[in-house]
Amino acid sequence: MTIKTIQDELIDEFSFFEDWTDKYEHLIELGKSLPLIAPSLKTDDRLIKGCQSKVWLHAALENDKVVFTSDSDAIITKGIIAVLIRVFSNQTPEAIIEADSSFIDKIGLKEHLSPTRANGLVSMLKQMKLYAIAFQSQLKTT
Amino acid sequence: MAFDIQKIRDNFPILKRQVNGFPLVYLDNAATSQKPKAVIDCLVNYYSQYNANIHRGVHTLSQEATDAYEQARRKVQNHFSIAYPETVIFTSGTTHGINLVAHGFTTLLKKGEEVLVSAMEHHSNIVPWQMLCEKTGAKLKVIPMNEQGELRMEVYSELLSSKTRLVFVNHVSNALGTINPIETIIQKAHQVGAAVLVDGAQACAHMKPNLKLLDVDFYVTSAHKMCGPTGVGMLYGKKEWLEKLPPFQGGGEMIKEVTFEKTTYAELPHKFEAGTPNIAGGICFGAALDYLNHIGFDAITAYETELLAYATQQLQSIEGLKIFGTAPQKTSVISFNLEGIHPYDVGTILDKMGIAVRTGHHCAQPIMDFYHIPGTVRASFAFYNTKEEVDRLISAVKKAQKMLR
Repeated sequence: MTIKTIQDELIDEFSFFEDWTDKYEHLIELGKSLPLIAPSLKTDDRLIKGCQSKVWLHAALENDKVVFTSDSDAIITKGIIAVLIRVFSNQTPEAIIEADSSFIDKIGLKEHLSPTRANGLVSMLKQMKLYAIAFQSQLKTT
Repeated sequence: MAFDIQKIRDNFPILKRQVNGFPLVYLDNAATSQKPKAVIDCLVNYYSQYNANIHRGVHTLSQEATDAYEQARRKVQNHFSIAYPETVIFTSGTTHGINLVAHGFTTLLKKGEEVLVSAMEHHSNIVPWQMLCEKTGAKLKVIPMNEQGELRMEVYSELLSSKTRLVFVNHVSNALGTINPIETIIQKAHQVGAAVLVDGAQACAHMKPNLKLLDVDFYVTSAHKMCGPTGVGMLYGKKEWLEKLPPFQGGGEMIKEVTFEKTTYAELPHKFEAGTPNIAGGICFGAALDYLNHIGFDAITAYETELLAYATQQLQSIEGLKIFGTAPQKTSVISFNLEGIHPYDVGTILDKMGIAVRTGHHCAQPIMDFYHIPGTVRASFAFYNTKEEVDRLISAVKKAQKMLR
């Protein structure tokens, strides 16, 4: 599936909830399906800065696609990463670099984009794009 | 004035706000307090009636602004029972005041001398001293705390020696709410000839320190935590200390005479007030003090003590909730965690229900390390909070616990 298709699917899925409680419960539920980073990779250099909770992010290139794994000690944060991973994992570096992130606003998680939230959603997005850029240059040179 | 909570709440326009569809419950008062109409009006009045630069102009507006600013200094002086108005230095806030004193001591401290700092300091009260010690070769020593979040006074006594030049301690801990026994700390420091700087940022919204009686060498605080505007605070220093310390910043207003050979510094307080100050801030700091004193600190303390007891009791009734900082002498701050749940998650859910709390390490990482926790949820109360708001907090915490477990 393309990034756009997954984003539309998520917008659809979240539009279903009228009440914030249901939306957050769904987010928490999504967090439980997060592809977990291997415990041995939970090192300080994989920690994303700017988060009040700890967030580890790892990326690997498999069949020319970027595969992300992650974990966090806060479960709402875990849900947010799960959403991001669902959109950006298993995509080509180029698609990740070009993708826009306005879907976050559309699924009603806009408040998490504010820098004062300090949950680092912005930092997570940036880190994912940085990984994609690194892999893209790797693919070009090989 | 009788303590009429509804009347008091009516003084704060922001308390009528809705947040995320709920009436706002503001429990982040330790970060900054809300502002009464008297203070907001003061700001509007300054800018719409007599905004002018002070201490220089001969024109009427400048005179009016200067008079109001200097009158505010007198209000601060009276409020804190300070002997001389010139020993009240207007700063941009507590951090500025601390840095000003730390900078001054770089010329006074010698290698091998010691600086004591408490284990429950805010980052802003640790970093300047580390920098100071690096520069001077002095040693930084830490007064430890116990499980309840109280300073271990017996260790403090042992740490004090003829080598101690300075002791830095907060009056009230921002993360735990503990009221430190600063009277004893000051007396003991003076016995060995050390000076004491007290960070009063977290204390002054809850009590009215008498700096003359305390015999403290330096005391700093911020206006914005006591109903005043942001960006202004006060440094009090004993006259002999302030005369000894070099100026912190060069600029206009702080000089007496400038030639290319030598600059003579101005008298106190101008020596430490370089450049155009926060004029509106200073004046309305005065208005905030008037407001608080009109209610009266006896009434504020009595009301907050009752509110704290009620909130503590209610929170403790929640299973799996642990309170950090259980000293008997506390201001109305409650730091807590729910078992197995990250404080950030709790804060996010509370916000969805219109309740503003702080989560994280509260710029007091050493305290979090002491308890081996990533942070806490901190609910901090002011005299305009109510038992009904405590009840809203309790039911929201229970809901968060249910959702996040």
